[in-house]
Amino acid sequence: MRDVAIVAYIEGQNTSATTLSPVEMIVPVVHEILNRANVQRSDIDFWCHGSCDYMTGQPFSFVSAVDALGAWPPIMESHVEMDGAWALYEAWVKIQTGEANTALVFGNGKSSAGDMNRALTLQLDPYVVAPLWPGFRSLEAMGARAAIDAGTVTERQMADVVSRSLRDAADNPNVLAYGYRDADELLDEPMTANPLRAHDCPAMADGVAAIIMTTADRALEMCDRPAWIRGIDHRIDFQNLGLRDLSRSNSAALASFHAGVTKDKVDVAELHATYSHHEIILAQSMGIDRSTTRMMPSGGALVANPLMAAGLARFGQAARQIFKGDADRAVAHAAQGACLQQNIVAVLEGN
Amino acid sequence: MAPLRLFYPYDRTVGAVIGRFLTSLAAKKIEGTRGVDASVHVPPLEFDPATGAALTEWVAVSDTGLVLTWSWQPEPFADNTLQQPFAWALILLDGADTPMLHAVRVASVSDMSTGMRVRAVWAAEPTPSITAITCFEPEGAHG
Repeated sequence: MRDVAIVAYIEGQNTSATTLSPVEMIVPVVHEILNRANVQRSDIDFWCHGSCDYMTGQPFSFVSAVDALGAWPPIMESHVEMDGAWALYEAWVKIQTGEANTALVFGNGKSSAGDMNRALTLQLDPYVVAPLWPGFRSLEAMGARAAIDAGTVTERQMADVVSRSLRDAADNPNVLAYGYRDADELLDEPMTANPLRAHDCPAMADGVAAIIMTTADRALEMCDRPAWIRGIDHRIDFQNLGLRDLSRSNSAALASFHAGVTKDKVDVAELHATYSHHEIILAQSMGIDRSTTRMMPSGGALVANPLMAAGLARFGQAARQIFKGDADRAVAHAAQGACLQQNIVAVLEGN
Repeated sequence: MAPLRLFYPYDRTVGAVIGRFLTSLAAKKIEGTRGVDASVHVPPLEFDPATGAALTEWVAVSDTGLVLTWSWQPEPFADNTLQQPFAWALILLDGADTPMLHAVRVASVSDMSTGMRVRAVWAAEPTPSITAITCFEPEGAHG
C-alpha cells in the first residue's frame, strides 16, 4: 500500500440559504485550498466530487461543477452521487493504483434548494417505502426510539450531546447553531418528531468542503504535519429497514473494525452524526469510548449540516486536529442513507 | 428564486415478487416470502438476505400486528396517505418475522406506544400499491 495523507482542508462559508449557484460556491474554495497547499492546478492529477442530483432537481448537475475546476488542459476527474467522503475513498483508491499521486476531493450541497427531509425520500426503496413518503427525519426518529427502547441511548445522553455540540460550536465561526444550554434546559423543550426535539436534528446548511491528499513524496512540501490515512473502509447495511436493528449500525461496526479504529487510543473522533442519537449509536458500534475520546471538537454535523459536504468535513476537521498537533490519532467517519445505513471510517495519524 | 416543482412521474417495473405482493394488496391480502432460515419477510424479499437464494415460497400473513418502533410526524406531507398529524411505525404483522413500514392513525401522540397492537385500514378502492393500505389503527378502533 502507498502511504497517503490529507495535507489540506478548506470549507466554504456554511449558510442557511445562499443565493450563489453551486459553481460560484465551489470556485473560491478550490482557489483557496490550492493556495493553502501551495500547489498549482497542474499539480492535481485527479479531481473527485461528491454531490446529489436530487438536491438540485437537475440530472447530471455535477457536470457543471467541472466549470469550477477548469477543464482545459484536460483533467482526470470523477463524481460520486454521495457525500464527498466517498469521493475521498475513490481518490484514495486511484492513488493506490498508481494512476494519480495528488488528488483534490470536494463535496458540495445546497440544502436550501428544497425540502431535503422530503427530497431524500427518493433515495429509499421505490416500491414499498418511497410511495409512502416517510421523510428522513421520521425514519431517524424511529431509529432513536429503537435505541431508547433497547436501553442503549437515553434522552439525557442525547441532550448532553446537543449541549456539548452547541458549546463547541461557539468556537467555530462556520456553524449555524451554537450556544450555552445545559441538558435540563434542552429536555424541557417539547418533542417535535417524537422522540426527537428540534435541537436533536441538524442545522441544515448550504456549503462546500475540499481536501487535498497526496503521497509520501510530496506530503511534507504541502503540510507541516500531514494526517496519514492508516486505515480506511466502507460498508453498507440492508436497504430494508425491517431487516436491520436500528438501535445499532452493523456497517459502522464492520468499517471501524477493518479501518483498525480500536487498535490504539483515539484522541479525537469526528463522526458524521447528523442527529444527536447517532453519536451514541456510532460510538457504541465503532468501539469508541466517548469518555476518553474528544468528540467532534468542531461541533459536528448537528451545528452545520451542508448535505454532501458534511461527511467530508468530518475528514477535514479530524485532519485539522492532526495538522495542529492537538491529536496524534483521529477517527473520521461519514454516513449516508437512512438510519446510518452506509458508513465510511478512516484512521488518521500524525506519525 | 425560480420555483421548480418536480414530481415523480415514473411507473416502475416491479418484477414477479413485488408484483405479486402488490397485486395481493389490491385484493386486501398481505403475503410475504419465506427465507432460507424459515423467517417470513413482509414486504417479500426476492432473495435471501444471508444466502442470496431465490425465495419462492409464499406465506399469507395477518393484517394485524405489533408496533416495534415508531415516531411522530407533526405535519403531513401532501403525498402522505394521512393528512393529519400521525405516526410512522415498523409493524410486525402476525405471521411475519420482519416488520414493515407504514403510517398509524391515532388521535394524538399519547395514543402511541411501542408494543401496541394495530390493524390495517384498507383503501376504499385498493390499487396494486403499498398505499392499498391507507394506514394502520389501534386494534379495536373504529375502521
